[in-house]
Amino acid sequence: MSFNLLVLTCLGYVALLFAVASLAERSAEEGRAGWLRSPLVYTLSLSVYCTAWTFYGAVGYAARSGLEFMTIYLGPTLVFVGWWVILRKLVRIGRENRVTSIADFISSRYGKSNLLGVIVTLLCISAGTPYIALQLQSIAQSFTVFVTDLDSAPVAGDRTLIALWVAIGLAFFTIVFGTRNLDANEQHHGVVTAIALEAVVKLVALLAVGIFVVWGVAGGPADVLARIDAQALPDWQVQPGRWTGLILLSAIAIICLPRMFQVLVVENVDDKHLATASWAFPTYLFAISLFVLPIAVLGMERMPPGSNPDMFVMTLPLALGRDDLALLAFLGGFSAATSMVIVASLALATMVSNHIVVPLWLRLRAAQGQDTGDMRLLVLNVRRLSISIVLGFGYLYYVLSGGSEALAAIGLIAFVGVAQILPALLGALFWRGASRTGAALGLSVGAALWAYTLLLPSFGAGVILPAQVMNDGLLGLSWLRPYGLFGLTTLDPLLHALFWSLLVNVLAFCLGSFLSFPSPIERVQGALFVNVYDRPGPARSWSRPLAQAEDLLPMAQRIIGATSAQTFFQAQASAQGKDGFLPDITPEFLEALELKLAGSVGAATAHAMIAQSAGTAVVSVEDLMAVASETAQIMEYSSQLEAQSEELSRTARKLREANDKLRKLSVQKDAFLSQISHELRTPMTSIRAFSEIMMDADSLSPEEQAHFAQVIHDESIRLTRLLDDLLDLSVLEHGQVQLDIAPANLRKLLDQAVTSSKSVQADRHFRVLRSRDEEEVMITTDGGRLTQVFINILSNARKYCTSDTPEIHIQVRQVQDRVEIDFTDNGAGIPTANQALIFEKFARLTDSLQAGGAGLGLAICREIMHNLDGDIVYVPGQGGASFRVSFARILTTRAARREAAE
Amino acid sequence: MVQKRVLVIEDEPNISEAIRFILTRNGWQVEVEADGMAALSRLRTAPPDALILDLMLPDMDGFEVLRSLRAEGPTRELPVLMLTARGQNADRDLAARLGVTRFMTKPFANADVIAALQDMVAP
Repeated sequence: MSFNLLVLTCLGYVALLFAVASLAERSAEEGRAGWLRSPLVYTLSLSVYCTAWTFYGAVGYAARSGLEFMTIYLGPTLVFVGWWVILRKLVRIGRENRVTSIADFISSRYGKSNLLGVIVTLLCISAGTPYIALQLQSIAQSFTVFVTDLDSAPVAGDRTLIALWVAIGLAFFTIVFGTRNLDANEQHHGVVTAIALEAVVKLVALLAVGIFVVWGVAGGPADVLARIDAQALPDWQVQPGRWTGLILLSAIAIICLPRMFQVLVVENVDDKHLATASWAFPTYLFAISLFVLPIAVLGMERMPPGSNPDMFVMTLPLALGRDDLALLAFLGGFSAATSMVIVASLALATMVSNHIVVPLWLRLRAAQGQDTGDMRLLVLNVRRLSISIVLGFGYLYYVLSGGSEALAAIGLIAFVGVAQILPALLGALFWRGASRTGAALGLSVGAALWAYTLLLPSFGAGVILPAQVMNDGLLGLSWLRPYGLFGLTTLDPLLHALFWSLLVNVLAFCLGSFLSFPSPIERVQGALFVNVYDRPGPARSWSRPLAQAEDLLPMAQRIIGATSAQTFFQAQASAQGKDGFLPDITPEFLEALELKLAGSVGAATAHAMIAQSAGTAVVSVEDLMAVASETAQIMEYSSQLEAQSEELSRTARKLREANDKLRKLSVQKDAFLSQISHELRTPMTSIRAFSEIMMDADSLSPEEQAHFAQVIHDESIRLTRLLDDLLDLSVLEHGQVQLDIAPANLRKLLDQAVTSSKSVQADRHFRVLRSRDEEEVMITTDGGRLTQVFINILSNARKYCTSDTPEIHIQVRQVQDRVEIDFTDNGAGIPTANQALIFEKFARLTDSLQAGGAGLGLAICREIMHNLDGDIVYVPGQGGASFRVSFARILTTRAARREAAE
Repeated sequence: MVQKRVLVIEDEPNISEAIRFILTRNGWQVEVEADGMAALSRLRTAPPDALILDLMLPDMDGFEVLRSLRAEGPTRELPVLMLTARGQNADRDLAARLGVTRFMTKPFANADVIAALQDMVAP
């Protein structure tokens, strides 16, 4: 075919892709994206895994190494069938957290660490750039193979030029459809649809060539099998170790390759698509690999010795005169290469712009003190630039490597490179203890080992690594030889590198995680990632908003309580001169809010929460709400538990107290009854005995009769008084006393009491010292009852004061609305041990004859004072017995007091 | 006929006077003490033929007096009539354990006291 025709065909095909992509974009914009969001398109887009390397290379691989090419398909098949759990979790987390790339995924899981983002980006660039170069090479190669008029169009022989134009064209396509807008979810319907179309072209092309070979050239499947048997393929035998290693490697690659992550996770719109893909994608891989072996075998039979088996897919139909099939095969290979380059450069450009260029730019601007302004256009331009840079690197790499054979192995080398992401990725999904330090450590040493044992040596001895290092090891240490690290020389270089890099990577990752303590934001992110299914998070299709006061208020409410949060927000708003509950989001406000929240959840968590809400967060406001809700629940629960246990111990204490009180009351009741019995029976005994004597009146003298009658009379009086006292006490104690509240002059009441008490030991001289001015107080109370108390105190003093010149001092004080009166005599006072007893019933300290009462006096006084809203206490250390009577100057009724208290 | 001596330990003067009157009338030689300590010393120097003991005394209770009596040789067998105004069964039981001869609750019938006393000292 002529070069011009081929170029025209290519342009036509590319125009078709543009059309499809535009159509898809327009449909998506108009909301008619139903068919775009089908699991079929998703599955087909996954075929970006099958690059030109698999399209052309698989046949070459089969021709050189037999069935081993199958491992590249078996790994992904096993992942989609067996590791479905990992994929599902990956996809769910990716969508819920709006992950934009695998670097973003790792970075946000480990506390939004940009260091990790940079490490992963650099790793992916180093592994991805040669891979892109490989695609450019295959397109250029297929051109030169296909074009028949090399002489008339010498340009067709200049593979470098072809590669350049291809790179430019692909960059243009990727920029147009990859950076149309900056949607937060980083989904590119146009690109995905074009990729899906290319997937169909790839499959159809390979199937067509295969069917032609099996039924057109050979005599059907049986004949092909016979020919396969007859063909002496090198390394035909399966090598278990290498097979296991390669299957594992390709399995890891399907998860970790940036372009696979792009289509698998970033472009995914629905978890359920994965269910379809889990069987459909392996089926696709099976179909695309079905005819690899027949084509390889027939190619080896029919093609002249020395021809490149990598090009059999195209050269075989060409040699057999089927130009149409060859063109189809060419387009298939073109599709495979372009789809890979488009998606890979898109994915890599996203990483470069998000993790390297934009952060640098922002830091630069911040250092210059400039406002960052609207970032959207900047980010888009940076991304466009990044796409050009990535493709430029790929092209440069192709030119510099000179299209050497080194490129052939680059596919697997890239696989080992991206495999270094796996430990951190699995840790992100399943291990909450995985830390940023561990991830950074594992990734760094893994990448370093990969570069040293595989990437750098792959350029050949002497290109980057000196031949001396290759042969004798670094610094002449033989155990540091790139292909024989630590003396391990039995594995082939690929498996050797895979083994050491992954082993050391995993060890460093685990060790780093165990030895470091994750920061609060890491823990929050860790919980969000690992426990992604615990949250009822429906897929959010709208862009994540920056935090608004409306979002922050409910979050704050969950943490510090509704009233407190509302008061705080209102105060903040009014400080800004605004009405209502919603202040402007200013740095001052956020700082204050953080301080407020810190009181409840600790400074670190509060800081993380605010930083997340206020910045361009990976954790959305909803996620924060979930964390906040959790915190609130935990706090509520624990405070409930605390309250319950407090309540229990309070109840127990109350019960114990009540029990003690009952027991004491029971003892008191027994003692009281016993006392009453004694006090009643004693006068009754005298009365009965003397009455019996008097019944025999004849033998008695008149004097005796008179005396005995007097005794009976006195004892009757005593009995009556006792009963009166008991009744009085009972009434007072039960608060059933009728108080006669009236205004009175305190001095007059005291006069009355002093006069009344004079009858006690009337013959004894007893001085009463008073200050009548102080006593001039108008009080409103039950004057009769109060006087009763005064009389009791004065009588007691008269009875018990031991001084030879007995006197009592009465002092009156007004303290606010209360009156205090001290009665202090100059006797011996009451012994300390008895001071607590004197107000108890029947607490008679001396014998009853001297007391002349039943020992209820002070008990009654105390009850009276309690009824007068007052008290009577013994004041120790006053030189003699000292009683202090205090009471309300104006006594209100009990009902009025209770009302006032409420 | 030799007069029998009875010691009355009672702090209520009206009660001891009544007891003194009725017992004297019935031929007893009556001595009265109002508190426990004085009574105990008198008991040691001149033990009576019988004792009337009130339970509640100002300085010590009747049980303590009884315990002291029963601990000493001369008064170990002394007939004791205990009187109490408290009238609780626990007191009666305790008095019995301490070796009281008779136990009577106040107020009492004069005739009962005389009969109990005569019964106690009867040979």
